[in-house]
Amino acid sequence: MAEHTLEERFQAKIDAEIKIEPKDWMPDAYRKTLIRQISQHAHSEIVGMLPEGNWVTRAPSLRRKVALLAKVQDEAGHGLYLYSACETLGIDRDTLYEQLHSGKAKYSSIFNYPTLTWADIGAIGWLVDGAAIMNQVPLCRCSYGPYARAMVRVCKEESFHQRQGFEILLTLSKGTEGQQRMLQNAVDRWWWPSMMMFGPPDADSPNTQQSMKWKIKRFTNDELRQKFVDVCVDQAKVLNVTLPDPDLKWNEERGHYDFGEIDWEEFWNVVKGNGPCNKERLEARNKAWDDGAWVREAAVVHAEKRRAKKKIA
Amino acid sequence: MNTNWPLWEVFIRSKQGLSHKHVGSLHATDEKMAIENARDVYTRRNEGISIWVVESKHVVASNPEDSESLYDPANDKVYRHPTFYDLPDGVKHI
Repeated sequence: MAEHTLEERFQAKIDAEIKIEPKDWMPDAYRKTLIRQISQHAHSEIVGMLPEGNWVTRAPSLRRKVALLAKVQDEAGHGLYLYSACETLGIDRDTLYEQLHSGKAKYSSIFNYPTLTWADIGAIGWLVDGAAIMNQVPLCRCSYGPYARAMVRVCKEESFHQRQGFEILLTLSKGTEGQQRMLQNAVDRWWWPSMMMFGPPDADSPNTQQSMKWKIKRFTNDELRQKFVDVCVDQAKVLNVTLPDPDLKWNEERGHYDFGEIDWEEFWNVVKGNGPCNKERLEARNKAWDDGAWVREAAVVHAEKRRAKKKIA
Repeated sequence: MNTNWPLWEVFIRSKQGLSHKHVGSLHATDEKMAIENARDVYTRRNEGISIWVVESKHVVASNPEDSESLYDPANDKVYRHPTFYDLPDGVKHI
């Protein structure tokens, strides 16, 4: 069958909301786009454990500690769901890891910012996980079956993450003056990077059109960013914090909040590797991988030994 | 040395009385590790009471290109469905 007919049939399936499954024919560009997107997503979950892991040993109570541990463990799980979804597209796990460790693959630039105080853990839960949920909920309806199914699991688990973050901040907001300052300071630092999580503005996002046509994406970057701003404003009032944007104002006509200019130069700078923690994150990943080499080798040998024993018995 | 662990497909029975359902896959050196990893990755919130793991290379799948020859023959056999048969309204319990 001619390529263009295959492609037309593929698009007809997408238009009819029929999911694409691993063994179905798909255009090369669709496969490549998904491998890039799903692997970046998986890498983000894995690297995302680092800034939060930083506070596990210093959580202020046992309640906070078990919650943070469970959250970090979930992020590992999310990475694994996503890696396995990505592998159904014909790329193997070791190649994916190699792309992360060599710096060839990208992950969400938000994780290149440091977690300086305990309030940052709350701010990550509220803003970073909040933005992630905005992004991820529509992905549950993505046209590629394995990705959509992985996202359903991720989204179910993510809502606890956001609530635990909000609760941390709420506690600080009712605390001492120093704790309130710490809360405001964390929000000041995390607000803009969270806004950047939705990616460049639609006008500068050349892949958006195609991804929307393929129903990988359901909303544009700017649409999702606007939704995020709209929900955060009221939540900020509950926390008694100011979002660090003097231009934030309700626009009656649009029925949305207007907001200020995002510093895209900072965004691209962090994406290119010059954020405050890019080097540290990549080093930590590589060290964990290298230090774990003997464990991976031992596990293979151990399994072989067990198999040999079984044969004799 | 090759440390690329084999891929396993994971099936979970969510509760007694239901079938095992495919939930995803993972890498493990052998069946014991596959079960342990499946427990950690796919049942952190009481999603299951029983796990099956099958090494992916052992799964034999039908080919999407054969869909027509495999499934079309069922399309025109409406007489396999109860609604095909006309019965008067008065007939009960059937």
